[in-house]
Amino acid sequence: MRCATGFASAVALSWLVAIVALVTGAPSAGAAGLSEVIGQVQPKIVKIYGAGGFQGLEAYQSGMLISGEGHVLTVWSYVLDTDEITVTLDDGRRFKAQLLGADPRLELAVLKVDATGLNHFELAAATKAEPGTRVLAFSNLFGVATGDEPASVQHGLVAIKSQLEARRGVFDTTYKGPVYVLDAMTNNPGAPGGALVDYEGRLLAMLGKELRNSLSNTWLNYAIPIEEMATTVDEIRTGKFVRKPNDEPNKKPDKALNLALLGIVLVPDVLERTPPFVDAVRPDSPAALAGVQPDDLVLFVNDRLVQSCKALAGELEFIDRIDAVKVTVIRGQDLVDVTLAAPAEEK
Amino acid sequence: MRFSLSLAVLSVLASSVTSPGAANDDVLKAEAERVAVVARAREAAVAIFAAGGQGGGSGVVITPDGYALSNFHVTKGAGDAMKCGMADGRMYDAVIVGIDPVGDVALLKLLGRDDFPHAVLGDSDQVQAGDWAFAVGNPFLLATDFTPSVSYGIISGVHRYQYPAGTLLEYTDCIQTDASINPGNSGGPLFDSQGRLIGINGRGSFEKRGRVNVGVGYAISINQIKNFLGHLKAGRVVDHATLGARVASQADGRVTVADILDDSDAFRRGLRPGDEIVRFGGRVIRTVNAFKNVLGIFPRDWRVMLTYRREGQTYDVPVRLEGVHSPEELISKVQGRAPAEPVPDEPMPEKREPGQRRPRDGGPRPTPALARREPMPAEVKAVYETRRGYANYYFNKLERSRVWNHCIARGDFHEATGEWLLRGELAGGGDAEFRLSDVAAGCTLPGGHMRVPITEDLTSASDPPGSGGMLAALELWRRLVVLGPEKFGDMYYLGTAPLAGPHAAADVPALFRVLGHDRAPAAASHGELCDVLAGTFAGVECRFMFDPKSGNLVAMEMYRSDNDDPCELYFADYAELEGRVFPRRIEVRYGDAVYLAVKLVEVKLDKMGDK
Repeated sequence: MRCATGFASAVALSWLVAIVALVTGAPSAGAAGLSEVIGQVQPKIVKIYGAGGFQGLEAYQSGMLISGEGHVLTVWSYVLDTDEITVTLDDGRRFKAQLLGADPRLELAVLKVDATGLNHFELAAATKAEPGTRVLAFSNLFGVATGDEPASVQHGLVAIKSQLEARRGVFDTTYKGPVYVLDAMTNNPGAPGGALVDYEGRLLAMLGKELRNSLSNTWLNYAIPIEEMATTVDEIRTGKFVRKPNDEPNKKPDKALNLALLGIVLVPDVLERTPPFVDAVRPDSPAALAGVQPDDLVLFVNDRLVQSCKALAGELEFIDRIDAVKVTVIRGQDLVDVTLAAPAEEK
Repeated sequence: MRFSLSLAVLSVLASSVTSPGAANDDVLKAEAERVAVVARAREAAVAIFAAGGQGGGSGVVITPDGYALSNFHVTKGAGDAMKCGMADGRMYDAVIVGIDPVGDVALLKLLGRDDFPHAVLGDSDQVQAGDWAFAVGNPFLLATDFTPSVSYGIISGVHRYQYPAGTLLEYTDCIQTDASINPGNSGGPLFDSQGRLIGINGRGSFEKRGRVNVGVGYAISINQIKNFLGHLKAGRVVDHATLGARVASQADGRVTVADILDDSDAFRRGLRPGDEIVRFGGRVIRTVNAFKNVLGIFPRDWRVMLTYRREGQTYDVPVRLEGVHSPEELISKVQGRAPAEPVPDEPMPEKREPGQRRPRDGGPRPTPALARREPMPAEVKAVYETRRGYANYYFNKLERSRVWNHCIARGDFHEATGEWLLRGELAGGGDAEFRLSDVAAGCTLPGGHMRVPITEDLTSASDPPGSGGMLAALELWRRLVVLGPEKFGDMYYLGTAPLAGPHAAADVPALFRVLGHDRAPAAASHGELCDVLAGTFAGVECRFMFDPKSGNLVAMEMYRSDNDDPCELYFADYAELEGRVFPRRIEVRYGDAVYLAVKLVEVKLDKMGDK
């Protein structure tokens, strides 16, 4: 009962605050308040640097601290596809970050830096927005800020809360859930992973990847509500979300699986981290029978994240060849799960 | 906390429920205030049209007599004579005054009125992220009836750094806003919520989405422009500054000197590779961007306070900034060939190492000739004079006359063409005597007597030893006072600069301050900038600095070489002499040391008053 009341008052509060914002949001009255809110939010925003830097792929994105111990929520992207992820805090301190886990279905990732006592958002305290809610977007768009320079702040309104799925085939994304569509141009290069907050500084959502509508050639400005991500983020933080690579050599079976047995030929492994794209599938192999196709990008093996050809081969060493294996691939813009039967005994 | 917040919220709700008109009134009141502020501010906005009808942009008037700011990249396309439309629907002729190609600023003057609506200059160092702001201008050149467009937004960030194209169009310490800035807004004003001018809109980040606003526009801060305004009024092609050192950021967040030119002033002041830059121009430096921001807001030759740390010890030194370009290099970039990309509103993809010295080339390619100019209107022709190195030499002569006429109003010594005899007491004890004339300058000091002939080449006239050339400098001071700027030798109005003698003696007022002791140096020092006349005689370059209030000559610097410190003379304690004012205290400095300070007790200027 107490809990229910709390919830009701929280909802009422957000509605009331919207009214206050309408009154105080006028330029003369609202300016001081915004600066204060911005000052509270900035320490929670981080700059992330990683892979990229060529062909219009920026080597940076944004993120937000979600624990005092250095957990960072950001978008899952090619930027994180490296062993050298750097996170720069608002005060200019630089850390090498560890990728704790990622869920490509939600296009989120959780990083960890080795620090304590950090100012951060509590995901449990995140709130919701309605159409018309005034919002501020924090991100390091265009990589404008470096070191201890604060992230960029933009203002706008939530235009609508809508399903991205409805636009399937139009936007190149694996995320199919609800998003806040914004009236401000927030989703610029480098902005993904930034925070969307209300005028009270309360966390609402995370700015998503740049999405271009392939029919109208327009860009979508949107953010993914925290409520869609909170459970997964908790699971990653607590280690229940088992999608990290296996790293206990003593668990390897005597006769492990390998790519040849499954009938999968990957693209030539020429980079330090070659993305595991399927180059060819041997006829009548377990992969062929399960429907694996050339150009599929392998993301998970038995729900464990594999970020490279080497990682995929390594992961198979933990699977006994008498067992079936679940493989998750990205095909086009869809995530597809397939189960490959145990290969027939070698003659 | 939440409970009390709820209460506050409830009370607001209650009032809006019981009297729905109350909240509504507040909204309407705020809206009416905003409308009034915008209505006032937009009066000063200018729509600039190229004389040939090709292209244009925006601007803003900042004085009643029509001085207006815009972007260099707007005026260079528009030509030296422009047509400017204002919100009153009238079209005015305008002429270029001065340009700052590195900072992308141009000063022009609208003609025909002495009561132009003009913007009030704000203090951009007080601007912070989240402040409401609005841009006024001529986006997409919509204002065919001169009615400016207004776009509202917030400040997204301050002290931003945006890379130059080659060496031009560098946006340092700029203001980032999410108010829509589109092509055509360039050169137009960014106002704060009170309608004070805080910046000149000039570029945005666009990248792959085409050249329309994506919520990321940049304005040149008005405080930076205040530092350059005197130089711009001089009708000059103005350069920016470098330290002569390359800096790099370290993993621990320190910014250190990677290398340094050994003929730079910073080197002479003690800066060496490996030293940590702690503060510069009054700001704590923790990124290379922050360092470049400080460099960008000051004109070359200004002296700025630098704090560096070596082995745990910190040193405060005033550093004289050097030019990004050699004078000829900049002029040939701007006047020798077309200066830049046609419309440089995009962030430049060029990447350099942090702090890398600006490349000496990489200059933009020449662009095709612009549309054929119409003949210059007579009204414009009357205030326009071409001369290499100047955007409009007419205004240099205007300012030079203004400064000199102010000075001689109380201190006209043009009759004192004979020998000058100055006797006084040295600050450290002992007597000093100086004899200055066209043929020689001599002095008698406790150490002995010395005499320097005034020849056609004074570049090696460094006597007395350790003074940097005090005797030659004193005679050149006499030369200016007697002959005036037109006969001194190739003398022009340089602009304004802070008087930066590092002494803060009690009898030397706040005039003698080094930039950087204040949190906001540009704004705080603005009122104390001196007018500077620069001239060359007998191979040495001299700078003469005048107090803008009294008109008195307060300092001079004599440069015998680019690679050596100047000899600095400071003049103070002006007192009456035969109905005119003459300084009674002279201090001579060279490098980091005071060479002497003398209090004059006897002044005899030969031929003074003779007919």
